[in-house]
Amino acid sequence: MTSYIPLTYGDLLLASMFLTMNALFSILLSLRLERQLIVSALRMVTQLFVVGLVLKTVFSLSSPWLTLLVAAVMVTFAGREIWARQHRRLSGVWGIGLGGGSMLFAGTVVTVFALTTQIQPTPWWSPQFALPLFGMILGNTMTGVSLGLDTLHTALHSERAAIEARLLLGSTRWQAVSPAHQRALRSGFTPIINSMAATGVVSLPGMMTGQILSGVDPQEAVKYQILITLLIGGATGLGVLAATFASVWRLTDNRERLRLDRLAAVKR
Amino acid sequence: MAALRIEQLATKLIGPISVDIAAGECLAVMGQSGAGKSLLLRAIVDLDPNTGNVVVGGRTREAMPANEWRKLVALVPAESGWWADRVGDHFPAGSDATQLIGRLGLAGSMEWEVGRLSTGERQRLSFARALCRKPQALLVDEPTASLDDHATGLVEDLIRGCCGEGMAVLLVTHDRRQAERMAKRVLRMSDGRINVP
Repeated sequence: MTSYIPLTYGDLLLASMFLTMNALFSILLSLRLERQLIVSALRMVTQLFVVGLVLKTVFSLSSPWLTLLVAAVMVTFAGREIWARQHRRLSGVWGIGLGGGSMLFAGTVVTVFALTTQIQPTPWWSPQFALPLFGMILGNTMTGVSLGLDTLHTALHSERAAIEARLLLGSTRWQAVSPAHQRALRSGFTPIINSMAATGVVSLPGMMTGQILSGVDPQEAVKYQILITLLIGGATGLGVLAATFASVWRLTDNRERLRLDRLAAVKR
Repeated sequence: MAALRIEQLATKLIGPISVDIAAGECLAVMGQSGAGKSLLLRAIVDLDPNTGNVVVGGRTREAMPANEWRKLVALVPAESGWWADRVGDHFPAGSDATQLIGRLGLAGSMEWEVGRLSTGERQRLSFARALCRKPQALLVDEPTASLDDHATGLVEDLIRGCCGEGMAVLLVTHDRRQAERMAKRVLRMSDGRINVP
């Protein structure tokens, strides 16, 4: 087995050469993408260096409260990201709170389960294991939840007449929104289903590739990747279910009405 | 036989409105666009948040689940929604709407595709799917706005038939002559309120 090969900052600089070439092409072809390319690359580098420093500190202090604080910050950013990705959003605190709450529920349940039953580090909340695991689960679940909520809110808005027609004919709110809700659930589940189907054939997952590059036996890396993918699939399902059921509950009321007044107005 | 009593009904935009409709009576409400006529109908069937009370045939709205209430008090909106591709899928399983649809000049339409219906056909079919649930009161919003004279006559006959069966009917219309043809009492609405004659 080859051992871990450390990288120098010069190696990273060299890797940025192709991106710099892309920026030059953008200038030559008047694509006006050069600024976005460079800014987003610099953001990525800065964010990763900062997160590296933060993780190093958190790992060395090994405090449960600090670990919890970092996890809370991650959930808040995930909630903000879900909110930002929706065309039609719930108004007020529900906009960020519902997405963030669903992520918190799904991410926590699945991460704690994996830490206490499969990975079993000592202590079980060890930040070196808990935070990367929580981060990977949140990052992937976020896509499913934001797609599910966006599809649901758009469908409820565009199919208002059909939903209200069913309510007028005596359906309950859950019966009336069922087609839109099912579409939202399918939309939320699709990325993880596609990703699982393509993994290992079309794409080699980043985490597994990273482990192999750092010298881990490919079979061990594969086992870790399967564990992570199964956890991500489970968390995505839980997150999408929690978010869409909660959103249907919020956008209807106990007098079987559709409450689209609880969606924020779309800014043009 | 069921009378409809509306007591101090109000939403953010309309009311308070109180009006009684006797069993078998057709009451017409007229008014300019934006006067709140459609909002009044939505409030009666509890589709928008509202205060006040509505009673049909002695049964109070607040005392029953909203979906049960809407089976007793049917609203046919000006533009109805459709959720399935086939017309027949919008009618309750086991219900016999054939005769009703025939009376509206649409015999055989149960197998038709919703996407190919004209506006007038949609309007008449939405009428049929509301009535086949046998409500005690009927609220209709511009029921003949997209219909020719013949189809208008069929719908008006059907509304008269509902009154004949003892239903309380509230008809919202822009057509003054239709209001006079159909109703003994015609109320005018403006700025969300009923103007007392």
